[in-house]
Amino acid sequence: MNVNVTTPGGNAAQPMEWPQGELTRIPFWIYQAPEIYAQEQQRIYEGPVWNYLCLEAEVKAPGDYRTTFMGSMPVVVARDFDEEIYAFENRCAHRGALIALDGGGKARDFTCVYHAWNYDLKGNLKAVAFEDGVAGKGGMTKTFCRSDHGPRKLRIAIFAGLVFGSLSDDVPPIEEYLGEEIATRIKRVLCKPVVVTGRFTQMLPNNWKLYFENVKDTYHASLLHTFFTTFRINRLSQRGGMVVDPSGGNHASFSFVDNQSTEHDYAAMGLRSEIEGFKLKDASLLTSVDEFHDGCHLQILTVFPGLVLQQIQNALAIRQVLPKGQFQTALNWTTIGFADDTAEMQTLRLKQNNLAGPAGYVSMEDGAVGGFVQRGVATAGSQRAVVEMGGAGTTAEGTRATEASVRGFWKCYRAHMGI
Amino acid sequence: MAAITLDRIMAVQAAYIRCIDSNALEAWPDFFADDCLYKVTTAENHRNGFEAGIIYADSKGMLTDRVLALREANIYEKQSYRHILGLPSILDNGGAEAECETPFLVIRIMHDGQTDIFATGVYLDTLRASGNDLKFVRRLVVCDSSRIDTLMAIPL
Repeated sequence: MNVNVTTPGGNAAQPMEWPQGELTRIPFWIYQAPEIYAQEQQRIYEGPVWNYLCLEAEVKAPGDYRTTFMGSMPVVVARDFDEEIYAFENRCAHRGALIALDGGGKARDFTCVYHAWNYDLKGNLKAVAFEDGVAGKGGMTKTFCRSDHGPRKLRIAIFAGLVFGSLSDDVPPIEEYLGEEIATRIKRVLCKPVVVTGRFTQMLPNNWKLYFENVKDTYHASLLHTFFTTFRINRLSQRGGMVVDPSGGNHASFSFVDNQSTEHDYAAMGLRSEIEGFKLKDASLLTSVDEFHDGCHLQILTVFPGLVLQQIQNALAIRQVLPKGQFQTALNWTTIGFADDTAEMQTLRLKQNNLAGPAGYVSMEDGAVGGFVQRGVATAGSQRAVVEMGGAGTTAEGTRATEASVRGFWKCYRAHMGI
Repeated sequence: MAAITLDRIMAVQAAYIRCIDSNALEAWPDFFADDCLYKVTTAENHRNGFEAGIIYADSKGMLTDRVLALREANIYEKQSYRHILGLPSILDNGGAEAECETPFLVIRIMHDGQTDIFATGVYLDTLRASGNDLKFVRRLVVCDSSRIDTLMAIPL
């Protein structure tokens, strides 16, 4: 169909086209157009989706709160004294200023700094400064009713310690939204109480969709990331697979240790992924523990539109993908362990965290590759990417040499966007 | 054994940043003791007692491995750093080991000339006298900001 907006820069005259149902071609204007960015906020982040907000462990006790975002919308997540978790737009009902300014902490209530309007931990407006005026003068009109005013409140869903929020009444229940296989694979990792071991933000010089596609793209992993392949941690010839939920938006890819697999495929093709004689001086970070007792040493899982759950050996992390304009993305990393980790296990996770993150032996490249695309397509708004590896479908396959989960993302995205 | 003096501390700090900024990374692990801890973290994580680092190495071997990975395995655009250091504060000097804190500014220069402030923060160091050398037993690189732009290939 044609979308009645124009591409930026030199292609301004061309309509933005995308044939109905076509998932093997991605027009590059989708990563560039400011109109698309605005529509994504309305139709995706404020639409019928579950946005990952934070971990339940981060708002453990009454009064604990975190601030985050649903797309561009600032959000406060708090645990109230009734032990329930609430979330609401971080926007004062009066003039619109942020209600909470920092990343998180402890609070009994929130007071906007601008005119001291006060909110409880559920986001209800509780007090208006000088509501009755001063010395009989001024004050709010008699008809003003505090309960008519307040920031937008989110619906909350908690699954395996992950806190999700939605503005939509139409979003399916969380289990249904995730799909059975994805839900099972989340619970496989988040199987007991977690502890946060670190937080940091990686700023990516590209549209958020390029990162989300990258995480879902099982095809690139062993080609771009030569550290893993060199040490036989992740090779397409290893036993593994991928599942995509019926919506297309959620996926999990995984691999098992398989010493029987052939090593010839890469060598035969002369790919860069084969570097001979590369030995670590201190291989202790590659000594992993089969902590989930299933031989699966790597699982990368995504939930539309912005959650990544990472298990790379024993390096566990949550990554929250947040758009910051068309051309920038914040990737919020929360590294985690389990509350019952032994000291040895804690150290092992700290070492294995070297595998991922902005300085990660594997994910370092993912921080830059979206920018390479963004720069490469600078004037190619009317051109299209080719996503045909593994055919045209979006369903689970017994291989990772496929782009099925990338096509799944676009199926889900286009359904939400109506394009 | 010669005492650990401010002069010696400043000399090793200067040699360290010269090593990184001149792309002589193969010599970088030699600034550390074999049983070192090198960690890049953020002020917020450091304050909260969160142990995870952006880079975490608890042996000199892990530092050597990082250089090898950067040279042989990892893919990143050509770039270099310019470290500017403030004056070190000696927090404790026990003779054989000293604790000190040194502020840093790291500017990243990309191959196309784009030049940005990449990181600011402090080095929290434990230095050990080893013959005529000072070696880092512990170097915590505490970045002021929790944001890292794109990626951190070269160590700080």
